[in-house]
Amino acid sequence: MTAGTFRVHVDQDKCQGHNRCYSVSPDLFDLDELGMSSEVGDGLVPAGLIEAARLAVDNCPEQAISLTAVRP
Amino acid sequence: MTSRHPPVNDWATDFDHTDPGWAADPYPIWADLRQRCPVAHSERYGGTWLPVTHELVSEIAYDTEHFTSRSIVVSERRPGPDDLPAPIGLSPPITSDPPYHGIIRKMLLPAFTPGPIAALEPFTRELCRELLAATEGRTALDAATDYAQHIPVRVIVRFLGFPQDDADIFRRFIRQVLEDVDQSADERRDTLKELDAYMDTQIAEHAASPRDDLTSFLLEAEIGGQKLAIEHVRGTMTLLMIAGIDTTWSAIGAALWHLARHPGDRRRLAEEPALMDTAVEEFLRAYAPVTMARLVAKDFDFHGCPLKEGDWLLLPFPAANRDPSVFDDPDVVRLDRARNRHAAFGLGRHRCLGSNLARMELRVALQEWLARYPDFELADPAAVTWSGGQVRGPRTLPVRLR
Repeated sequence: MTAGTFRVHVDQDKCQGHNRCYSVSPDLFDLDELGMSSEVGDGLVPAGLIEAARLAVDNCPEQAISLTAVRP
Repeated sequence: MTSRHPPVNDWATDFDHTDPGWAADPYPIWADLRQRCPVAHSERYGGTWLPVTHELVSEIAYDTEHFTSRSIVVSERRPGPDDLPAPIGLSPPITSDPPYHGIIRKMLLPAFTPGPIAALEPFTRELCRELLAATEGRTALDAATDYAQHIPVRVIVRFLGFPQDDADIFRRFIRQVLEDVDQSADERRDTLKELDAYMDTQIAEHAASPRDDLTSFLLEAEIGGQKLAIEHVRGTMTLLMIAGIDTTWSAIGAALWHLARHPGDRRRLAEEPALMDTAVEEFLRAYAPVTMARLVAKDFDFHGCPLKEGDWLLLPFPAANRDPSVFDDPDVVRLDRARNRHAAFGLGRHRCLGSNLARMELRVALQEWLARYPDFELADPAAVTWSGGQVRGPRTLPVRLR
């Protein structure tokens, strides 16, 4: 595993549109027209945004966001 | 506030959310119950349950099979044959159950996303500045009635497209619906009829001359090619008015109450504006105003409690936010609490539709207040009063300005 390679993902069944992830890490998430969130692109987290991704995970009231290490 | 009910003897077996003790300081009550029994019961209001842990509150919020949202304000009056039946309920979508709930909620969601809410920020900021400018030269004021309460009223009135001069009428309706829950069922029906009549007048005026506001949007909206029933439009307007005003007023007031009592936090927030985002979330966590409610949809055993169809159940998100199994030092306000998975806006499919609006109003209200009055304190701690019932916040908040 390459150090610092993580993927963030929003579970669409759990997201209720609180927009907390978008608020704490706007570079990692997109909102649709209903305000529901999804990860930007393939969800790979740039090295400088890992803490931002963790904040998104830890501020989601619905626990809809996961951050997982990616195997190369 | 006063209650017409007898005082509570034992919160585990006889609780009453209109009791003055609950209004004044509910946190020790919930902390005590968390130790003794995570689900309290009371015979009041015809039978009511009260879970106080984050885990149980979450479980119920996600369970729409055993719990219905058909009525979400515990009172002596349960929904009857005159009311819109499930799954729509009196004030859709908050009183609606799935799958209908999802259909009408989707219709409303776009208006409450960050973009449209950001567009309301300049109006809100200007409003806060006007309210503060009107206090010029004063050395004392009531932060609840001179400031906090005017902000959400005027914002929602603009959102719905009602006359700005009707703000006082709204405040009376809101107090009646949310706080006078110990009225008799007959009195309560009369209150709701009067509110319906007001809404009908607004609907008639908007139908005659449509404009760019949420009322006209609802009148023109269609589901499956059909316009919404007038009762539906009226119910949703009532919901947006009630849910959008008392709640945010309470949140702004509670944050100012905290800052008035904690000079360290007050100075820090005034000097470090970058703290505002986490501070807003922390105020929402620690002083979440809203306790929701459900009706039990069918008899079942809930963690050893024999819930009966038609029982009320209070859903105290403010208690969940103080649960030490989820939050470190839950009774301590930390303005920089970076990890804050609070449930002030509820959980699950009924997540507060207006959460972005409320956050914007709270942030702007605090920014503008601190810019003008960075130094203030309670003029008389004993004079502070709190609303009871399901929306808790300061209703009298005399402060001394420096």
